[in-house]
Amino acid sequence: MLRLSLGAKAALGAIVVAVLAFMYVPLLLVVLNSFNAARIASWPIRGFSLEWWGRAFTSEPIHAAVGNSIVVGLGATTVALVLGTLVAFALRRHSFFGTQTVSLLVVLPIALPGVVTGVALNNTYNQLLEPIGIHVGYFGMIVAHGTFCIVMVFNNVLARLRRLSPSVEEAAADLGATPWQTFRMVTFPQFRGAFVAGGVLAFALSFDEVVVTIFTAPPGVDTLPLWIMNQMARPNEASVVNVVATVMIVLSLVPVWISQRLARDAD
Amino acid sequence: MKRRLRLASLLALPMAWLIGIYILSLVMLLVTAFWVTDPFTSKVTPGFTLRNFEQLVVNPAYLSTALRTLGIALAVTALCILVSVPLGIFMAKIAPAWLRAVLAVAITLPLWAGYLVKILAMRITFTEDGFFNAVLSPLGISGPGFGIVTVVLTLTYLWLPYMSVPVYTAIRQLPSHLFDASADLGAGAWRTIRTVVLPLIRPAIIAGSVFTFSLSLGDYLAARFVGGSTQMIGSVIASNINLNPPIAAAFSIVPIVFVVVYLVSVQRTGALQRM
Repeated sequence: MLRLSLGAKAALGAIVVAVLAFMYVPLLLVVLNSFNAARIASWPIRGFSLEWWGRAFTSEPIHAAVGNSIVVGLGATTVALVLGTLVAFALRRHSFFGTQTVSLLVVLPIALPGVVTGVALNNTYNQLLEPIGIHVGYFGMIVAHGTFCIVMVFNNVLARLRRLSPSVEEAAADLGATPWQTFRMVTFPQFRGAFVAGGVLAFALSFDEVVVTIFTAPPGVDTLPLWIMNQMARPNEASVVNVVATVMIVLSLVPVWISQRLARDAD
Repeated sequence: MKRRLRLASLLALPMAWLIGIYILSLVMLLVTAFWVTDPFTSKVTPGFTLRNFEQLVVNPAYLSTALRTLGIALAVTALCILVSVPLGIFMAKIAPAWLRAVLAVAITLPLWAGYLVKILAMRITFTEDGFFNAVLSPLGISGPGFGIVTVVLTLTYLWLPYMSVPVYTAIRQLPSHLFDASADLGAGAWRTIRTVVLPLIRPAIIAGSVFTFSLSLGDYLAARFVGGSTQMIGSVIASNINLNPPIAAAFSIVPIVFVVVYLVSVQRTGALQRM
């Protein structure tokens, strides 16, 4: 065991408390400010009110933004599930020239800064496709999100497939199953957990993404993060944004809960 | 032959997507960096000029923005390491099992809280008449306000889990008898940390630093919302993409070069293979 003096242990403990305070006090302030009667966040809070919660739940722009985020998130997740699984299967047992290149290609859209990805796609949409009459519009956002979400499904599914033994599939084939039957009844059930987990991660990633969205959203279309960003850019940001942020903090517990459940199921 | 066909059919769609859309876009961006913007009509025309790249070095505003961003990214990385090592030691080697489990969840939870939510949270905390100033003013401490310091703190807040999780995992995996041996040989706790723990967790620190460094380099919304007038590479790219796309394109190469140089310089340590 690490033999530390009492003072050293106390010092380390103090650092831990400070780090946790640094992580959680700002989030707590957002939650408290969602009940702040004042229009601008300041401390101490002088009066509490539910006004902003009422406004948030009846706000048309927020409803539209949530709707867009869900549509884009589902679209991107679908793209990521299909493409990510295909690549994972390709890399599972085939070792071929270019394995490294393929995995690099999958990781690149998330490894490069969001602003580079966003600007690159924006440039293609506006300078290349627009002049030849292709308006990507709403679809441009889904394409962009799908591209950087592939890695989430890919990582999860590949990790799972690597642990599966090919003999089970061979046995199914020997017993007369068609390739599709083998996939549906033998292979898929074995990686379903990783498939779902990858999909949840991809959706969460898309739902939270803002930088790439700034450059690929068609004019007048807001996702929820875009709406939050535009509110923050206003000089007197209305407290409604704190309500939305509070809801997002609470909702963030959902993927954590799901991943904990999936991890337990996998054991 | 059948094997190749199967492989090709699996890869056709994903590769068409990634190369046809993403790589093509990156190449287009690179090509645009050599194009010409008419200064009077601000129309972009194909051509070949190195002037956009020349601007990055000659224009002092661009050069200082690039260096400032590099400094911020390195500061964020250093701060993340400085926080994660004691945190990891406490969690892995001092805390009882129940507390360790609680802390392990506690340090990863904010990862999910939402990127903009966290920037908003820091904005509320450090604003002029916000929490930080109100609570610490009796002690005569005033907050950093919106500027470089708050940008560094915000980025540290955003990316800390990317460092603290691998560092904690690495410290957990260190066998206890190493500490016993070190103590038996007469080393104090601090010396053990310096000469035994740190060298062994170096790969984890480097792996974490790849994330904290490259994520900080590309970020510009932290600078926009808590940075006052602080400009970062991303701010320059974003503000030029409509006015002067070639300059924006040329500037996009800068963070890519920084990340590649960083990756190459840490690659020799062999840490990347273990990511």
